[in-house]
Amino acid sequence: MARMTMIEAIRDAMDVMMARDEKVVVFGEDVGYFGGVFRCTAGLQQKYGKTRCFDTPINESGIVGTAIGMATYGLRPCVEIQFADYMYPAYDQIVSEAARLRYRSNGEFTCPLVIRMPTGGGIFGGQTHSQSPEALFTHVAGLKTVVPSNPYDAKGLLIAAIEDPDPVIFLEPKRLYNGPFDGHHDRPVTPWSKHELADVPSGHFVLPLGKASIVRAGSAVTVLTYGTMVYVAQAAAAETGIDAEIIDLRTLIPLDLDTIAASVRKTGRCVVVHEATLTSGFGAELATLVQETCFFHLEAPITRVTGWDTPYPHAQEWDYFPGPARVGRALVETVEA
Amino acid sequence: MSEPKPLSLHVPEPAVRPGGSPDFSNVKIPRAGAVPRPDVDVDPEAIRELAFSIIRVLNRNGEAVGPWAGLLSDEELIEGMRHMMTLRTFDARMLIAQRQGKTSFYMQHLGEEAISCAFRKALAPGDMNFPTYRQAGLLIAGGYSMVDMMCQVYSNSRDPVKGRQLPVMYSSKEHGFFTISGNLATQFVQAVGWAMASAICNDTKIAAAWIGDGSTAESDFHAALVFASTYKAPVVLNIVNNQWAISTFQGIARGGSGTFAARGLGFGIPSLRVDGNDYLAVHAVAKWAIERARRNLGPTLIEYVTYRAGAHSTSDDPSAYRPKTESDAWPLGDPIIRLKNHLTVKGVWSEERHKQAEAEILDTVITAQKEAESYGTLHAGGKPSARDMFEGVYAEMPPHLRRQRQQAGV
Repeated sequence: MARMTMIEAIRDAMDVMMARDEKVVVFGEDVGYFGGVFRCTAGLQQKYGKTRCFDTPINESGIVGTAIGMATYGLRPCVEIQFADYMYPAYDQIVSEAARLRYRSNGEFTCPLVIRMPTGGGIFGGQTHSQSPEALFTHVAGLKTVVPSNPYDAKGLLIAAIEDPDPVIFLEPKRLYNGPFDGHHDRPVTPWSKHELADVPSGHFVLPLGKASIVRAGSAVTVLTYGTMVYVAQAAAAETGIDAEIIDLRTLIPLDLDTIAASVRKTGRCVVVHEATLTSGFGAELATLVQETCFFHLEAPITRVTGWDTPYPHAQEWDYFPGPARVGRALVETVEA
Repeated sequence: MSEPKPLSLHVPEPAVRPGGSPDFSNVKIPRAGAVPRPDVDVDPEAIRELAFSIIRVLNRNGEAVGPWAGLLSDEELIEGMRHMMTLRTFDARMLIAQRQGKTSFYMQHLGEEAISCAFRKALAPGDMNFPTYRQAGLLIAGGYSMVDMMCQVYSNSRDPVKGRQLPVMYSSKEHGFFTISGNLATQFVQAVGWAMASAICNDTKIAAAWIGDGSTAESDFHAALVFASTYKAPVVLNIVNNQWAISTFQGIARGGSGTFAARGLGFGIPSLRVDGNDYLAVHAVAKWAIERARRNLGPTLIEYVTYRAGAHSTSDDPSAYRPKTESDAWPLGDPIIRLKNHLTVKGVWSEERHKQAEAEILDTVITAQKEAESYGTLHAGGKPSARDMFEGVYAEMPPHLRRQRQQAGV
């Protein structure tokens, strides 16, 4: 067991898998010699050599396209798109190719591939360093989508993703790289070293994809969330005194509907929270699933607290980011409804 | 300097449209045997002119001439002849089957048979092609079952891809034929990745990427060239320039570039242009490029100059955008007739043998077709199970798909 930041946990997961399986290769822009703009791959090239961890040309479609070719050869590429905001040039390769190879070839060709992407806002990243495009992946049959919220989960889920036989989109909330963040931007940030979820087992361990985690047990309302908003929801519950049951989904597809349904049937109320824009966001899917599976247990409308339907602004960061005040209001309104 | 005039947009046009006389006077055809054959470890800079010429072996008299000739035995050439004839017959039968409503869609190779058939003969077992929808010769020449190909076209109960794909989107890992995608150019960069993987694993296998002239305009063409160039990937990058991308003439994709092969020069990739209707030239150039890849000398770009003699697909009518007689005027002729002439000149083939081979091949294809149809056609007889629709999305079916399969009642 060692105390790690999320960056260190992610790097450790790749280190463990590269040592364990020579088929694991890691590449992307600035990923090799330099060790990544967020340091997630620092030291890997030195340890495993240039053919296992290397720098690529700035071409996202090329990164994902070559990784798909490698995966069909039999390697297990774990590649990086520097920011999720820059995955669009690779979207054709992800949607039309990685997601469908197994299906269209009837299992002749498979794509054991992980695409890591730093995601989310709250860092004054403006329009192209803040996006949360998870709904663009969850809508695609054949992809799995994972969003960890702490170092322990990040390592266990990333190892599971690398070992998974199917393509996994691994979205890393960059706001959480160095410490948890509850949306109180005016307060000093606590580093991971002060947090129990930064205790990460050394060596190989796996957190299965498709299992949610109840981070706060409660009885008044169920909060469905993931990534940075897990901490925002916890702060909102603490500050409003609402006894919320907060579920960190961890994996969006496959989704742990059993845990969700059991909680909402217990609380009778549900608030969905994510940073991504509202319309057609993953929250719409969650709200519909809850409505379908828990209709006769619901005592209030399902509420969504999300980013606004605008591009992610720069100066208006904290008017955009769904902070603890907004989430808190939704909790109170839902419980009082 | 005079006053600047208002700008005007240049939109390229083919030389001739329907109603006009076909004109290929702009296609410069070098003499057969005129282009030198460099060593495989040549400096790309030293062979820049090969991207602007056309490597040809068969001359007007049907003789094989020049430095690229002499690689294949008579038996191998006769085998190649039969592969091309088989592909053409297969196409003809499937075209009729589509018109008869036995399937929804088909795409022929008419006039392009030499390229995939001859290329396939230069590969070794274990090499992997990343084909487009117009390289079925790789399967025919590779010995893949015609019955299985037809079952795929019919989406019947024996369809190897369980009715999930449009006709002609074959897949056969065993035959070095990567699963075809409807999305153009995606496979071009995947081939580079596959080749990089072979190099990472210190393997001896190489990859072959395939793309048409029109699709070279896609971003993944550029991505593939950058990555192939950067990592010296063991890949052969094949561009089949059949002059047409559906209704769009090749000048739209090529723009101001002299040739498609010339695109490779900027990436430092040795780039060759070859007569795509000359079986011997295609094979010789393929062998050269494959040897380069196999000896870890890096990628090669090849432009095959040919002509799409048939319609783009069964959903297309070329008379709406090009002269009906244009394919007859194509200066590089027909690949089957040219090889036929060569074999006849050599005294190992004749009109009689050709007719006999045609009859035999037709018989074989019809027999295969009857067998394939015994497993069903698109709208009649056996078909894949509706349960198959839900399988294979993931290695293991996730809960939401299990629920949907239950809802579908299958």
